[in-house]
Formats: sequence, structure tokens, C-alpha cells
Amino acid sequence: MIRLVDVHKSFNGQKVLDGLDLEIETGKITVIIGRSGGGKSVLLKHIIGLIRPDRGEVLVDGVDITRLNDRRLNDIRKNFGMLFQDAALFDSMTVGENVAFPLNEHTRLKRRQIDEIVRQKLVQVGLRDVAHKMPSELSGGMRKRVGLARAMALDPKVILFDEPTTGLDPITADAIDRLIVDTQKHTKATCVAISHDIESTFKIADAVAMIYHGKIIVSGTPDAVKASEVPALQQFIQRKAEGPIMNHHVLDM
Amino acid sequence: MIKFIETVGRGLIRFVEEFGLVMFLFLAALVWMLRPPLRLRAVFKQMEFVGVDSLLVVILMGTFTGGVLAFQAYHGFRLFGAEGLVGSTVALGMTRELGPVLTSLMVTGRAGSAMAAELGTMRVTEQIDALYTMACNPIKYLVVPRIIAGVLMLPVLTIIADFVGIIGGYLVGVGLLEINSGIYVAKMIEIVELDDIFNGLIKSACFGLILSLVGCYKGFYTSGGAEGVGKATTQAVVVASVSIFISDYFLTAAMF
Ligand SMILES: Nc1ncnc2c1ncn2[C@@H]1O[C@H](COP(=O)(O)OP(=O)(O)OP(=O)(O)O)[C@@H](O)[C@H]1O
Ligand SMILES: [Mg+2]
Repeated sequence: MIRLVDVHKSFNGQKVLDGLDLEIETGKITVIIGRSGGGKSVLLKHIIGLIRPDRGEVLVDGVDITRLNDRRLNDIRKNFGMLFQDAALFDSMTVGENVAFPLNEHTRLKRRQIDEIVRQKLVQVGLRDVAHKMPSELSGGMRKRVGLARAMALDPKVILFDEPTTGLDPITADAIDRLIVDTQKHTKATCVAISHDIESTFKIADAVAMIYHGKIIVSGTPDAVKASEVPALQQFIQRKAEGPIMNHHVLDM
Repeated sequence: MIKFIETVGRGLIRFVEEFGLVMFLFLAALVWMLRPPLRLRAVFKQMEFVGVDSLLVVILMGTFTGGVLAFQAYHGFRLFGAEGLVGSTVALGMTRELGPVLTSLMVTGRAGSAMAAELGTMRVTEQIDALYTMACNPIKYLVVPRIIAGVLMLPVLTIIADFVGIIGGYLVGVGLLEINSGIYVAKMIEIVELDDIFNGLIKSACFGLILSLVGCYKGFYTSGGAEGVGKATTQAVVVASVSIFISDYFLTAAMF
């Protein structure tokens, strides 16, 4: 289980996480929703130790990873896979080398076995015959799917997805949703996804949590969350511009 | 007056801070260098980039510098009939000073800047973060090969620059200015010692360390998108070049 306890994080005086508490159950798909700039990516990066909180704890199976040294943190990270919002592919390597990278680093598999896994993972995300291409030759959505394949290459116990379906056409997006659900079923991995897509959120999630003003204001099963009467949440899932969440930057334009 | 002291003080603090961070990166790189496995493929790739790909510019630079040195020396020495010393002047100038310094400056412009740009881009596009999430230390993966390449390849390039510089000097001195070939070579061999060449190479290894370390440092700690990458690249070249000049003075004072 992953638990965040009273996590605070500011950047240059701007408070992004403000005493955030969250429990993520093992072997479930937890989807985090919240508005753009609300700190979702920052939250995800706390879970894998990329950002250290100003205050608070991030517990992975009971171990506070904010206090670990590099070596112990790396031992924990070997069980993690992460898809970045902008894919973060290594642009000096081909697509195939990108997906093979974690396998080369952390397994003793033979070249042929690795090639086979890479091919499989790419097919799973709907990509064929791209292994030899460079990331710069791909579209944004294709890059994202390569990032997905790379994140899942080692069949990690915990997979973090930063907006896995944003920027994909509805058909591909649905296929990716299914891939996440299927992968989770097969590997029993703990999945944490960030999403803006309300429909797909409620389709794939075992648990939903909404971040607002640096805190988790609602969390629970999809049905419980849907039924909750927190105004900000209702506004969010009903896609309304009016409500407690003010659209400052839209109004300013 | 107080404003002035404040500005100077702040500048000084920034300098100390940055110097500390550079040293930190250097020590971290040393530690990771000693921790196996060493990524030979990445090291060779960087050696190719720093060394092989710089060959042409270094050869051009060396040949013409040697030639121009011969020209200038000739005009001075002719006044008191010492044309025979042109060869040794060119050889000393190249091996002790111009070979190492000019080569390092060329490579700073070519490879030091590219290191900053590459690592800077990787930083702002989260590729460095991605390495961390895959339990790979980016210092080991990115910085160590570049520093090794810098320290190993600069002496090699410098030897080549020295060599073609001496040839350039000979072509101008003997071919163009018609200095007696026998005297030219004999004086050169008589006056230039192995130590001159050797110390020049040590210098160039130090410069190789400086340019790769500064390039990596500026890239590694880039922030602020494409603009930040641009700034990091410029700063890498400026800081590395100035550091090379300053350390050249001290190294020379200590050696010769
Ligand atoms: N490294 C950083 N330095 C400074 N500020 C940052 C940094 N990372 C994030 N922020 C700030 O934290 C806030 C939250 O950013 P975050 O990327 O978590 O938003 P998000 O919820 O993922 O938004 P989106 O849905 O648009 O991706 C933003 O205001 C951003 O400016
Ligand atoms: Mg985000």
C-alpha cells in the first residue's frame, strides 16, 4: 500500500500540495482527477521520490521513501514504472531502445528475449514497425504510447500513469484504457493514473480521488465519489464553468 | 557604497555556491566512475564525439596556427639574424601553450556547448527524471562518460595539434621564407624537450576536465524550457573558456 500523510510542497512560495493525505490500495486502479495546474503531476512525482515534500511522509509498504538514501530508493524504484505526461522518451535512442532500456538495465535477459518483449509491449499499445524509428519521428500520441510500453516493460508492481489517454483519439484512448485494466488484471499491479477524462475515469477506476487546493477533497469507490455532494467535485464531473471552482484564467482572457 | 558591497557580496556568494555545486558534481562523478559497471559503449560514443569529430577543426586550427607563428617569429628574429630559431619557437609555442589552449577552446565551442545543450534538453523534457524513475543514476549514465571522454581525448587532440602545428611552421618557415631546412630542424630538436610536450598534455587533460565538467554542470542544472537551454549553452562556453584561461596561468606557473 502507498500512503501519503500530510504532504506539503511549495514552489517559490506557491503552495501546490497543502497537507495532502491519500491512501492507494495495493492491486487496484486509483485514478486522480483535478483541474489543470492543480498539482496532480507533482503528487505523482512524490510517490516515486522524484520530488521530496517540504513536510510529510510518503509511505510505500510502510517505508517512508522521503528519508531513504539513493541506493535504497533505487531498490524501491525498480518495482515502479512511470509514464510521464510528455512521455519523456530518450530522444537519442530509437523507440525500440527506449522500451528495451529498463530491461537492459535491470534484467539479465538475452538480446533476443529483450527484442521479443519490446515487440510485444509495442503491439500491446497498438504500435507496429516503429521500433527502429526515432522518437522525434512519431506523433504526440504515438510517443505517449511508447512511454506507456516503456513504463510497463518490466511488468512493475506499481505503475504510475500521468494522463495516459490525453491527446489520443477516442478509439485509441479506449484501447489504452482496456490495456491498463487488462495489465492490472494480469500482473495484479497497483496502478495510479491521472486523468481528465471523466467517462474513462469511472470506467477503469477501482478508486477515485480528487485533488483541489492542494488537498484530496473526495476519495473512494467510483460510485461513492459520484454520489458525493462536494460541490467542486460535482462541478468537475458535470463539466460546468460556474461553481466553486472559478475559471480565473479563462475569465481573464 | 553599501549597494556596491551588496552587489559584490551577492556575486561572491553566487560564485561560491556554483563552485560548490560544480565540485559536488565532480565528486559524485568520481564516485560513480569507480562503481562498476562502467558503460563502455557510452564512453566510446562520447570519445568519438569529443575526439574523432573534432579532428578536422583541430587539424586546420593547428596547421594555420603553426604557420602564422612561423611568420611572426621570422619577422622578429630576422632583425638579429636568428632565423634558425623559428622552428624551435614554433614548436615550443605549440607544445607548451597554443596546442593545449587553442584545442581546448575549439572543443569547448564544439563539444562543451553540445554537452550543455544535450543535458539541458534532457532536463527540461524530463528525460533525466525518467532515468531516476528507472533506478538509473543520470550522473553515472550521462556525466561520467562525458568527463572521461574529455579527459582522455583532449591530450590526443593536442598531440595532433602540436604535430600539425610544427608541420605548418615548417612549411611556412622552410618552404615560404626559405630558412635552411637542416638548421630549422636541428635547432628545434636541440631546444624542445620531452617535458615541454608532456606538460602541455597534462594541461590539456585538465582543460578537458574543465570543459566537460562545466558543460555537464550547466546542462544538468538547467531550468526554464528552451530559453533555459540556450542560456545554459552560452554560459557553458563562457565559463569553461574563462576557466581554461585562468587555470592555464596557474598550471603554467606551477610547471615551467
Ligand atoms: N518543478 C517545478 N517548479 C516550479 N513550479 C512547479 C514545478 N512543478 C510544478 N510546479 C507548479 O505546480 C503546480 C502544479 O503543477 P502540476 O504539473 O502538478 O499540475 P497538474 O495538475 O499536473 O496539471 P495538468 O493537468 O495541466 O498537467 C503548477 O502551478 C506548476 O506551476
Ligand atoms: Mg500534469
